[in-house]
Amino acid sequence: MSIFGEIIVSVLLLAAGFFGLVGSFGLVKLDQPMTRLHAPTKATTLGVGSVLIASMLYFLFFAEGITFHELMITLFLFLTAPVVAHFIAKAHLHRNWKPGDLPAPGGAKSWSVYDQADEAPADNPARDPARPGE
Amino acid sequence: MMTIALYIAFLCYGVAMLMNIWVVARAEGVGDRVLALDTMVINAIALMILYGILHATPVYFEVSMLFAMVGFISTVAYCRFMLRGNIIE
Repeated sequence: MSIFGEIIVSVLLLAAGFFGLVGSFGLVKLDQPMTRLHAPTKATTLGVGSVLIASMLYFLFFAEGITFHELMITLFLFLTAPVVAHFIAKAHLHRNWKPGDLPAPGGAKSWSVYDQADEAPADNPARDPARPGE
Repeated sequence: MMTIALYIAFLCYGVAMLMNIWVVARAEGVGDRVLALDTMVINAIALMILYGILHATPVYFEVSMLFAMVGFISTVAYCRFMLRGNIIE
C-alpha cells in the first residue's frame, strides 16, 4: 500500500511540475497576447490541480487521514480561472483593438467591451490608436 | 522516490516563477503583466502546497486558500482599472 501510494503521489507531482513549467514557458514563448492568455490559465490550473490531488493522496496514505481543504482550493481555482481569463481578454480588447477591427458578433448587439467603453468616465485612458490589434 | 519527485516539482515551479518575473519585467503591455502576476500567484500556491507536503503539515492549506482569494481579487481589480479607470464606482 505504501509503495503504491508513493508511486501515485510521485507521478502526480511530476505531472504537476511539467504542467506548471509548460504554462509559464508558454507565457514567455507565445507571440500574441490572446495566445499568451491561453497557456498559463489552462496549463497552470491543471498543474495546481495535480499538486492538490497529490497532497490529498499524501495525507490519505502517509498522515492523519484524508483532508478536504484541497478540494475547496481546487474548486475555487477552477471557478475563478475562466473569470480572470475573460477579464484579461476584455481588458486587452479594450486597450488595443478598435471596434472596426473585430468581426461582427452575429447578434442584435455589438461587442459589450465597447458598450462599456462609451460609458466609462472621462479620465479613463483612451485606446491608443498607434497600437492597433495584432 | 517521493522526495525526489517533490524536489523536481519544486525546481519546475521555481523556474516557472523566474519565467513569470521575466515576463513581468520585460512584457510590452499592461495586460501581459497582469497575466504574469496572476500566473505567479498560482505558482506560489503550488509552491506552498508542495512545502506543506515536504513537512507533512496541513497548516499551509488556509494560507493557500487566502492567497488564491487575494490573487483573484487583485487580478480582477487590475483588469477593472484597465477597463473603467477606477475600481469601485
